[in-house]
Amino acid sequence: MERTPKALIVLTWLTSAVFVVALYLVLIWAPQEAIMGDVQRVFYFHVAAGWVGALAFLVTAIAGGIYLARGEQRWDRIAVASVEIGIIFTFINIVTGSIWARPIWNTWWTWDPRLVTATIMLLIYIAYIMLRQGIEDPDRRARFGAVYGIVGFISVPLTFLSIRIFRTIHPIVVGSSDPTAAGAFNMTADMRVAFFFSLFTFTLIYITLLWHRLRLQQLMEKIEERKLTALSS
Amino acid sequence: MPPTTDVVNQKPESKAGGSLRAYLRSIAAIVWKDLAAEFRSRELIGAMLVFAALVILIFNFALELDIRTREAVTSGVLWVTFAFAGTLGLNRSMAIEKDRGCLDGLLLAPVDRTAIYFGKAIGNLFFMLIVEAIILPMYSVLYNVNLFQPGLIFVILLGSIGYTAVGTLLASMAVQARTRDMLLPILLFPVLIPLLLAAVKASNGFLMGFEMAEIMPWINLMIAYDVIFIAVAFMVFDFVVEE
Repeated sequence: MERTPKALIVLTWLTSAVFVVALYLVLIWAPQEAIMGDVQRVFYFHVAAGWVGALAFLVTAIAGGIYLARGEQRWDRIAVASVEIGIIFTFINIVTGSIWARPIWNTWWTWDPRLVTATIMLLIYIAYIMLRQGIEDPDRRARFGAVYGIVGFISVPLTFLSIRIFRTIHPIVVGSSDPTAAGAFNMTADMRVAFFFSLFTFTLIYITLLWHRLRLQQLMEKIEERKLTALSS
Repeated sequence: MPPTTDVVNQKPESKAGGSLRAYLRSIAAIVWKDLAAEFRSRELIGAMLVFAALVILIFNFALELDIRTREAVTSGVLWVTFAFAGTLGLNRSMAIEKDRGCLDGLLLAPVDRTAIYFGKAIGNLFFMLIVEAIILPMYSVLYNVNLFQPGLIFVILLGSIGYTAVGTLLASMAVQARTRDMLLPILLFPVLIPLLLAAVKASNGFLMGFEMAEIMPWINLMIAYDVIFIAVAFMVFDFVVEE
């Protein structure tokens, strides 16, 4: 049995500590929003989870491209590990968004571009997992995964653009703000600190999970190898 | 390693500038093979047509397509019908190649593999356009709406090009999987959403007589989609058929 690398243990504990700080900043330290009240605090982790989802799928597309170019197994491992994390965080993003939308928009769900795009993105990567499950040959599985990871990732901005042409009510807090959108607000300096710290925390969680998942994959492959050698001897 | 290297070694002229004609000829040969096989068996188009007619009939009962609702939903009904019938055709067209070992034969042929992709995609586009050319007058007669407008036909052409470009690539992956018949729509539809949405909106614009300024964004989106995905499929198809 291989031991967990020391750096990974340190990183895991560091991530846990940073997450506790982020919880403090978001739940206690950040000021209460004047109109929406405490429910606005969902925003910090909501955006951070969405960011990690998008980052994870970007990593999958890039790792897939490198895999196709070089044919090295480790890039495929990164791609599939990243997709699994991305699915979970996109799901967290959608669920926290719904929790916020219920009191603010008075509905769990609207057909807004960002909501629909996030959901379609989730469906694309669930299809990605299903495609991989349907193929036994590991080499072909990796190639098809890479191709679909690239095709799916390219379609996401087009999906967003296409639904964007309908009018949106989703608030755009970062970047150009449309003050008429329901639930829009300006961040104070303290809110900004909590917001960027959440982004940092979730990125760290992503890296930690990715590392654990890669290690798990390597161990699983080792077990496969040993099974084969045990059976053949 | 990219599989083209051995093909290139066998036929170095296939990458040279003067060989464009040879490339086009191999595409035409594959298209012709598909069309000839189809006109002898009439399996694929027949199944697609019957299926499309059934989808329209089911919509008729499900939505109660009376005069007023009909105008608003016609473009949606048409595109859902095309999309569903299309997956049937795509699955079948690639399954034939896989099951009878024809794909291996095609791959052994000393042609660039992207020529196989374009040949299959153009063949699928033909089948799709034939089915659409029969469904449109049928729908026009059944529901007494005039669907023969140049704008609408242009939108249908753009939509079908994008549909078959992505569909051929994904179908050639899906047929190699264990769960192939189930897999194609699940892979295809989420990626198709921007194209289908733009197609429905643009078709609706032409049917309702909107101004061109309102329709143009959708047409531009469809053109962008077609160009992007034809280019992507061209680049990655080698990896999908590699053995």
